[in-house]
Amino acid sequence: MNPETFIYAFTFPLLGVFLGLVYKGIDRRFSARLTSRIGPPIRQPFWDVGKLLLKETVVPENAVAWIFNAMPVVSFAASMTLLLYIPFGVLKAPLEGYGDLIVILYLLTLQSLSMAIGGFASGSPFSSVGAQREMVLMMSYEMPLATVIVGFALVYRSFSLTTIASTPVWSIVGPLAAMGIVLLFIALLVVTPAELAKLPFDIAEAETEICEGMLAEYSGRNLALFYLSDAVRGFAMAALEVVLFFPFTLTGMLDLNLTGTGYYVVEALWFLFKVLVIYLLAVTLVRTSFARFRIEQASRIFWVYVNIIALVGVALVWMGV
Amino acid sequence: MAKTQYYVPVGPIHPALKEPIRVEARVEGEKIVEVDVKRGFAHRGIEYMGMKRNAIQTLYLSERICGICSISHPYAFVVGSEKALGIEAPPRAQYIRTIIGELERIHSHILWLGVVAHEMGFDSLLFWTWKGREKLLDILELITGNRINYSVFMIGGVRRDIKESHVKALRDMINYYRTFNEEMKDVFLSDPVYKARTRGVAQLSKKMALELNVVGPVARAAGIRMDVRQDMPYDAYADIGVRAIVPQDIVGEARGDAYDITMVRLYEIDQSLDIIEYCLDEMPEGKLMAIPNYVALLAKIRRTEGEAIGAHEAPRGEVIHYFRYGNKRDGPLFWKVIAPSYNNINTWKPLLLGAEVADIPIVVAYIDPCMCCNDRLAVVRNEEGRIIDPEALHRKAVEKTERLKRELGVRE
Repeated sequence: MNPETFIYAFTFPLLGVFLGLVYKGIDRRFSARLTSRIGPPIRQPFWDVGKLLLKETVVPENAVAWIFNAMPVVSFAASMTLLLYIPFGVLKAPLEGYGDLIVILYLLTLQSLSMAIGGFASGSPFSSVGAQREMVLMMSYEMPLATVIVGFALVYRSFSLTTIASTPVWSIVGPLAAMGIVLLFIALLVVTPAELAKLPFDIAEAETEICEGMLAEYSGRNLALFYLSDAVRGFAMAALEVVLFFPFTLTGMLDLNLTGTGYYVVEALWFLFKVLVIYLLAVTLVRTSFARFRIEQASRIFWVYVNIIALVGVALVWMGV
Repeated sequence: MAKTQYYVPVGPIHPALKEPIRVEARVEGEKIVEVDVKRGFAHRGIEYMGMKRNAIQTLYLSERICGICSISHPYAFVVGSEKALGIEAPPRAQYIRTIIGELERIHSHILWLGVVAHEMGFDSLLFWTWKGREKLLDILELITGNRINYSVFMIGGVRRDIKESHVKALRDMINYYRTFNEEMKDVFLSDPVYKARTRGVAQLSKKMALELNVVGPVARAAGIRMDVRQDMPYDAYADIGVRAIVPQDIVGEARGDAYDITMVRLYEIDQSLDIIEYCLDEMPEGKLMAIPNYVALLAKIRRTEGEAIGAHEAPRGEVIHYFRYGNKRDGPLFWKVIAPSYNNINTWKPLLLGAEVADIPIVVAYIDPCMCCNDRLAVVRNEEGRIIDPEALHRKAVEKTERLKRELGVRE
């Protein structure tokens, strides 16, 4: 093991968890301000995790204990691995040579899947209904998500995220394909709240219907792991959107002549700002201004409308490239 | 392959319920195939307590029957009591009572709109509506001195006057809510997601509504023009001539679903504002109480022999109080309360059958249920005046059923 791998293995998860929780805090605060409340302090998610870690971990009597306990770990591991595939601003992704967009697609699915399996394994009726809903929802939003990735593969003739991040997509496509990319961006924005299980697509966790669904029986350490993986996934998803659609660097845009540490710090802050904007747009604003859909309404939205948008986008990209 | 059925217990403690009740639903996937509604989790025995106290104490006890309709129960109480005692409140007191009753209707309807938005995950609307409702609570506090249990009604009148300064505040409030209600209509009736979640959900046909004996806005949303203020006018309502609002008046047809009931409630807010405005314009002068001396009032109650029914149209439907005075007691000899939720909860079972799990909170919330209005203590006495215990009562009921079966020649 060389020192670089060592640093990546320890710094990235820590940074990911930290950023995920900070973004969650900002999200809660911003959402509260939108609804004329004061909201919790931004450090509240850290306290939440700390409190959950201190609490007792209860395993229901009729749960399949080993699956029930393993799934939070799988979910957390998947979100951590996901983080290692996303280029952080101008920094290269630690695992860039070992996977591409397809792997990211699978890692995103793996988290939802582990929550669903954990829900089924808990033996609670609320969790079972929630897990069923999660499966249906996954089947609905995977298709548009895959279509977006196919669109990018058409432009770059490659699934590699490093290739995509190195050249902004807008600089290599014509006007027709650019319109297609915009449509793909819209489709991905709609998929984001569903992927992150946020309103209006938090159907699998609907609090007033099935008491948080899949998470109903989770407590203590297991819930903390799900909470962390959810936070990291939120950050990763927004970061992925930034990498795909807005990979512009600040120094490149303003023609700045920065070198060394200054360059990396400025670019990192710029990247975090872009991620924050996408996060607030795709998650916070949407979740404050919508009611929860029924599962069949959500399926219809993804299968019909979002799919059409994404497919038209791919067609435009195909014609334009 | 047989489909897996899950058993989803909703309540007695559940995020969708604010008070204890249990809905046991058996689901196949998302569809509900079997429902059982169980009530009786809140035991309070307020009627029994009321029968041990004098009438004025019982009046303030009746405010505690419900947390939201804290004026509806006393309203029915004073109307019924006055009928039984043969006294009439002075006209000014009647108008003040009507104003307070209508203020409560507005705040209850706004509260419901927030709750139903919360049930479908629309928390922004919940915060917005409840923020708008604050002004009304402030006005109620200004007029009565209290925000929740106003303690302002009295048998034969009211205890506090509406002064000139209050009138100005009330008129400001009316203007504020006219604008606010227009905004609410915009948000609730035109929002596509709200429409998608409520259109066709909890749909009650007119026939079904009549069979299930529903009351209040639920019945009106199904197209039945019924309202105590219209059918049995009392106090200032007799001068105004209230006409119950039904969806036919607004959009030409009544579907009786959760969307229609939202519409009915939104338009009832306008109606209440009109009533308050009328009362302010036409407020007669005069005294506030028919019998201002409490000792004299209690003495009159002690001399009275009689019974009566008082009804008031609460925000949720009709509240009915039955009284009997007599036996030289200064309190009700017998007091029976019927709250609207008791009738309306009957709609849950037929509406939930065949619905989706996602509809449970909306079906539960659309009648604006109040569990503590529901739970009553029944005291049954035999011929000698002794209290019959539950086992004996059950035995007697079985015996009676057997006797009826024998007499009617019914065989199992």
